[in-house]
Amino acid sequence: MLVYFLRRLLYVCPVALGVSIICFMLVHIAPGDPLTSVMAVDATAQEQAAMRAAYGLDKPLPTQYAIWLGKAVQGDLGKSIASGRPVADEVGRAVKNSLMLAFAASLLAFPIGTSLGFLAGYFRDSWVDRLVMSIAIAGVSLPNYWLGIVLVIIFSVTLGWLPAMGAGAGDWAWDLTHLSHLVLPAVTLAVVPIGIVARTMRALVGEIYSMDFVQALYAKGLEPLDVLRHVIRNVAPTGLSVMGIQLGYLLGGSILIETVFNWPGTGFLLSSAIFQRDLPLLQGTILVLALFFVVLNLAVDVAQAAIDPRIKRS
Amino acid sequence: MSRIDQQLDGRDRGGPAQPLILAQDLKKHFPIRSGLLNRKTATVHAVDGISFEVRKGETLGIVGESGCGKSTTARLLIGLIELDDGTIVFDGDAVGADLSLKEMRKSVQMVFQDSYASLNPRLTIEESVAFGPGVQGLSDPPKRARDLLARVGLDPDRFGQRYPHELSGGQRQRVNIARALAMSPRLVILDEAVSALDKSVEAQVLNLLADLKEEFGLTYIFISHDLNVVRFVSDRVMVMYLGEVVEVGPVEAIYARQAHPYTASLFSAMPSMDPDNRTLEPPLAGDPPNPVNPPSGCRFHTRCRFAEDICSTAKPRLDVFGSNRDHLAACHMRVPFSGHSLADVETSP
Amino acid sequence: MANISLGAEVVMPVEQRRGYWSSVVRRFLRNPVAVGCAVVLLALILAAIFAPYLDLADPYKGSMIKRLRPLGTDGFPLGTDEQGRDMLARLIYGGRLTLYIGLVPVVLAFFIGTALGVTAGYAGGFVNTLIMRVVDIFFAFPSVLLAIAISGALGAGIINSLVSLTIVFIPPITRVAESVTSSVRALDYVDAARASGAGAFTIVRVHVLGNVLGPVFVYATSLTSVCMILAAGLSFLGIGVKPPEPEWGLMLNTLRTAIYINPMIAALPGIMIFITSLCLNLLSDGLRSAMNVKD
Repeated sequence: MLVYFLRRLLYVCPVALGVSIICFMLVHIAPGDPLTSVMAVDATAQEQAAMRAAYGLDKPLPTQYAIWLGKAVQGDLGKSIASGRPVADEVGRAVKNSLMLAFAASLLAFPIGTSLGFLAGYFRDSWVDRLVMSIAIAGVSLPNYWLGIVLVIIFSVTLGWLPAMGAGAGDWAWDLTHLSHLVLPAVTLAVVPIGIVARTMRALVGEIYSMDFVQALYAKGLEPLDVLRHVIRNVAPTGLSVMGIQLGYLLGGSILIETVFNWPGTGFLLSSAIFQRDLPLLQGTILVLALFFVVLNLAVDVAQAAIDPRIKRS
Repeated sequence: MSRIDQQLDGRDRGGPAQPLILAQDLKKHFPIRSGLLNRKTATVHAVDGISFEVRKGETLGIVGESGCGKSTTARLLIGLIELDDGTIVFDGDAVGADLSLKEMRKSVQMVFQDSYASLNPRLTIEESVAFGPGVQGLSDPPKRARDLLARVGLDPDRFGQRYPHELSGGQRQRVNIARALAMSPRLVILDEAVSALDKSVEAQVLNLLADLKEEFGLTYIFISHDLNVVRFVSDRVMVMYLGEVVEVGPVEAIYARQAHPYTASLFSAMPSMDPDNRTLEPPLAGDPPNPVNPPSGCRFHTRCRFAEDICSTAKPRLDVFGSNRDHLAACHMRVPFSGHSLADVETSP
Repeated sequence: MANISLGAEVVMPVEQRRGYWSSVVRRFLRNPVAVGCAVVLLALILAAIFAPYLDLADPYKGSMIKRLRPLGTDGFPLGTDEQGRDMLARLIYGGRLTLYIGLVPVVLAFFIGTALGVTAGYAGGFVNTLIMRVVDIFFAFPSVLLAIAISGALGAGIINSLVSLTIVFIPPITRVAESVTSSVRALDYVDAARASGAGAFTIVRVHVLGNVLGPVFVYATSLTSVCMILAAGLSFLGIGVKPPEPEWGLMLNTLRTAIYINPMIAALPGIMIFITSLCLNLLSDGLRSAMNVKD
């Protein structure tokens, strides 16, 4: 098990390095000069050169990368061009909000998606199955940023039950006002994973139920609930790994939803970085999110290996 | 072996006495990678220094438990996997030196066990048979394919345009035989080619193979775990154990008297057709040892009833057994003065 | 010994003797949902292609006094947008761009990803490691994040959206193509083809591609809906199509201010995206079962 973990860790390192290269290159595929937004319009050539030197942009690319990576490893992601504050601080604050949103959406999506999937897999090819699959396919077909708008129209504009924008005034607190801000974005974000988890679970459960050993359990005289316990044990490893990956997608995919609801998370940060052409901020945010996803994948793999005896041996 | 006389193959070079295949010291080791850095931590000794010959016009049967290296040997001969060591001489020409692999492939073909997996599901059977001749630039591949389908008993008008899934297992294996013959090979390797078929269909396909051999002057290597079938089709038999040859000889000689205790236990496990003729030898117990760490000395000593100290320390050579100079075995009991208590201590036979 | 009899072998009935593709079409036509979705999509695509000949209002011409008219207004069956432009015309013209940016990247990624995946899967060894490790790096980004990162860096524009979405979909298609190719490569008929002396290129063309393209194609179709939603999402964020072009995602964005005044109008472009992506998903499922591709 330890060897498996270390091997996965070794494998993750080059991936993480590759991720950092892509993030670094983002700034350099951008058209135009990354400094145009901070430079005075009438800056002389000398002033421009001084500015470039100050940001290290006059050195060759590999050198720039090495410097950037060296700082990034120490937690220094540079300064935001627009606000002048350290990127790491800005991202840190935003990640906290995004994580909260992603966890809230997971808490909704995983139990609902799993139960729907189990129902459909158990009653395969019945009307229950067809209903659940219709819900699931509608869920994955919905552009969730649009669903967000529709929910705002219904629950905020028309009914006036829930707030439409933001995370509530002041710092986050676990009170009703702040929690009420979380409801609509979390529900919106949960729809797609509900569909995906339900479809995966249905396929897994259906497959396990059609296996010979389940027939053997019934033949031994086990009650359906006891059989279900065996099925759950067989579904759990893959099911958990699908959910783990979905959690990552929630975090990376909440950008559009955060924009719809003005939720002060990483997505919101990203879109403001894009519009102010604040490339260090864009770079830093993407790097943190992608690395989070890499680490999450690692954790999911290791967790899956820990509960699935078949992986440990191979 | 009388069929050699009928062989009128213009490609023949060395005459009937020269073996079609002379394999010397073939080795194939597969690395096993594991551990932290995926380094090579062990080696599977799939084929470990075997030498044998295949004579023109004969059928050489190869038998042994699964994992003994039968199929690896076949794939080495046909060049599907690369040799780690050793040489293959095809009718006097060393493969890779005098004769390119591509040239040799025209002359050696193979029929695989899984009749379904060995046909491309997206091609009609006529296309499958015509593919090889097309690649080798032979004349009119479609006509060739149709002729051969007819020859293996499948009416080309009725079957030619069908897809593999529309045929039965026996029919598919006929297609695979036609596909192999379409290349006009001199040697056909049959790797468990009839093992997956029903007994009645198996008999038909075996008869077909016998007829084709006669008609096209073919040489066969027949790999099987079914000793009854091997006895029926083979002229000579080679017994393999853990990547090595333990015994080889004419089929009558080996079936009459097994020189190696492994061969003996293999044969005692063979279901007899005659209840009065049951052997009382105990069948082989347990699984073969792991080919990753093959036992020292004679590889069979861990399971051999007659094993003594000498067996775990010295590796026995293939040596003539009895009066038939073609019958060889690698066992210390058969070598005079080998140090084994059952070995002959008389002066030379 | 010489007699060959086929008596014991099963001879298949005549109607089963059909080519693969004709049976796929037959199975597909028996699935009413998939056929219905194909019809809807075809109608959308035809409307998008022939929009200039449909006698629609000018999708760019607005009117300050006719802003945000409700559905069913005389002359504006689907109302008008926040600048008084005809919604019907804008939705139909919008389909042009949305479908274009939603489908073209998957088509491009299908060709590039299949080429990479088949190369990696058939060549194995070092080539495989090289290609697949690079793919792994791109795979480390959630697709939405990668699309937004590249589009955000490149800036808004149709070509930039096409580029970033194509890059997003190459890795997953490469992975699927590689895994299918590796499993096909291990089959005996590929060995038989090698034994007949055929070169790698011939084997890939005759024996590998035919068995790989089907599953990869089905997988690619399942990505079209994601790609379309993402494409509209980029425009919605303002890093896709630039105004005043009609595009469903962009329209959703510009109409957001209208949700307090005329919510139905504001919801219309989303309904179009939803219907289209639903049809793409159901069509892909239909193709999957018609082509007998397992997950």
